[in-house]
Amino acid sequence: MTTTDSLQFNSDHQLQHLLSIEGLDQRLLTEIMDNAESFASLANQPVKKYPILRGKTVVNLFFENSTRTRTTFELAAKRLSADVINMNIATSATSKGESLLDTIRNLEAMHVDMFVIRHALSGAAHFIAQHVAPGISVINAGDGNHAHPTQALLDMFTIRRHKNDFSSLRIAIIGDILHSRVARSQIQALSILGAKEIRVIAPKTLLPIEVNALGVSVSHTLEEGLQDIDVVIMLRLQKERMSGALLPSESEYFNCFGLTQEKLAIAKPDAIVMHPGPINRGVEISSEVADGPQSVILQQVSYGIAIRMAIMSLILQPPGRHHT
Amino acid sequence: MTAVLITGGRIIDPANTIDKVGDLFIKDNRIISLFERPNDFTAVHTIDAKDHIVCPGLIDLSAHLREPGQTQKATILSETTAALKSGITTLCCPPDTHPINDTPAVTEFILDKVEHANAATVLPIGALTQGLEGTKLSAMAALHKAGCIGFSNAHTPIKNTLVLRRTLEYAASHNLCVIIRPEDPWLQNQGCVHEGIPASRFGLPGIPHVSEIIAIQQSLALCELTGCRIHFSQLSCSESVNLLKAAKHKQLPVSADVAIHQLFFTENELNTFDSALHVTPPFRTETDKQALIDGLKTGVIDAICSAHQPHDADAKLGAFPSTEPGISALETLLPLVLKLTETEAVSLSQGISWVTQNPASILALKQGTLTKGSAADICIFNPELTWTVNENNWLSQGRNTPFWGQTLKGKAAQIIKSGQIFSS
Repeated sequence: MTTTDSLQFNSDHQLQHLLSIEGLDQRLLTEIMDNAESFASLANQPVKKYPILRGKTVVNLFFENSTRTRTTFELAAKRLSADVINMNIATSATSKGESLLDTIRNLEAMHVDMFVIRHALSGAAHFIAQHVAPGISVINAGDGNHAHPTQALLDMFTIRRHKNDFSSLRIAIIGDILHSRVARSQIQALSILGAKEIRVIAPKTLLPIEVNALGVSVSHTLEEGLQDIDVVIMLRLQKERMSGALLPSESEYFNCFGLTQEKLAIAKPDAIVMHPGPINRGVEISSEVADGPQSVILQQVSYGIAIRMAIMSLILQPPGRHHT
Repeated sequence: MTAVLITGGRIIDPANTIDKVGDLFIKDNRIISLFERPNDFTAVHTIDAKDHIVCPGLIDLSAHLREPGQTQKATILSETTAALKSGITTLCCPPDTHPINDTPAVTEFILDKVEHANAATVLPIGALTQGLEGTKLSAMAALHKAGCIGFSNAHTPIKNTLVLRRTLEYAASHNLCVIIRPEDPWLQNQGCVHEGIPASRFGLPGIPHVSEIIAIQQSLALCELTGCRIHFSQLSCSESVNLLKAAKHKQLPVSADVAIHQLFFTENELNTFDSALHVTPPFRTETDKQALIDGLKTGVIDAICSAHQPHDADAKLGAFPSTEPGISALETLLPLVLKLTETEAVSLSQGISWVTQNPASILALKQGTLTKGSAADICIFNPELTWTVNENNWLSQGRNTPFWGQTLKGKAAQIIKSGQIFSS
């Protein structure tokens, strides 16, 4: 039986797929962030291209809608000189693996080097990684509620740029933890990087069962939960979850868990505010905070390109294997 | 007038507390004597059972055969043959076929196919409500007459408690057993794994303990009210065992079984999104697993079933939540029961009772024993023979087993059903 570790790493301990933050170590996360640092500086150059992945083909295979993630993956691949194909495959959550596998087989026949996959079901990226032909890499761009490792890495990169040392940081993640692949990957990354405290703030209806076992502390109010916090991470609340059996209404949610300037004042004065996007203004965060001086939300987007360049180049052109 | 002698085997018959090496004599498809050769007995066939165990043919309380309707997954011929050659001489098939087994015509179709297959005996379970829709009672008396041994709504719990009450009252009037796979229709909430730490880690929708617990509590209350005989199928929670224990203490007419794989896996094995481990009810915690084993040992849980659910390959190919639940389990039932007796240090006789005598008594069957005069349904197996699960020896059309490629110990060698001899 294959484990996540044996899937993600090849026999030379090189990263061959990025499916989850689980199983990565501090050294690797740091290496990715260090590489991203040099790609980030490239963004200010007049010519923004590196020839690192010239001749490689990357397929963005999105079974679920996305603008930001797909665009940043596309830009990252293009800035590394890879050829990029975008495929948006509208599909229902119940669609059969048969067609998923058929799609992969058809694309494999076109000799691609990497699949960037987003899918509505947890485990989809694992499934594809288990079935692709040898030599083809898979990057998980979000699978169900399971993982979104590149988002977590760009978030870590953003935090590091502002805060430096993880071991002194208290981070609060606020909102729909239950349905958030971003939160799961962030929690794993922050644990690996040795954060002092990871706190989740949400009503019980939006928390996974036994959430403490993931290595977090739990609070049910912003008033209590934001005390002493250095980094505030807001999560997107999907519209269909705003009223019904999970939450009574949009306005009640905003009153209890929406981040306003007043609530933000409870956190440390130099706290930064993050959000993976897209933002629901007035639902989980007020415009005043989203556009305010403590917000680093737009930086996250631009760092997303640098992080994805670092990951793609690490996987497709691992150190020591550069062609001369 | 076939006379068969099984010689030198270790004869284990839990119903008669027999565990002794000796000979067994069959004539006219019936067991006519144990240990003592009857006068004027001349064997036409002699089976040397030295180093083998001779026990009643196994009885499986839940095995999906997929026919009619899903022959891409399995057929009555393929699965009854796989069952028989694995030592299972009798099995019950749930009603969720296509069409659903809610009319005597479907029951007769199944039994006709079974007869032509000439392998394991099949006792169909009829639908408790028409179309398993949970609104109208099925014609239980007619279905019973056609051959249905019990009634169940399979994996579709009845939402309306008034309808559930009426089905139990009606079944009780005809002295019929109702089989319930306890799950709350709302709390299931499209879950595909146990609602525990792994589910939280992997972002998989979970099915909580309380889904099963609430369903059992509800059924037990209605059992007390209606006096209906209820058998709970495939328990998965520690608390379920406690509830059953209390119900039996109150002398309610209840019994229970557990699926064999629940005794070997927990939620912790799920870390690879391996669809072979996608089952309903889901694999739960180590505590649950141990409580189920203890429940068997103390007799609170009466029997082990295979919960056989053969699938075509496509059904298991996909992201975990989109795959179909179930394990192809007929052929691993006997070796796993043997393994359990080893790891739990219980007698072979007790282990065998969980798949012979006890399931027989739940459904008041004549099978499941070697009592003199009973039909000769016998499993002769080598408890030490090791074999590897692979395409060369696998018989079920469904290859969806988490044991694929693994080596197991214990295999049926020869099986006698109604006096007919089959080699595995």
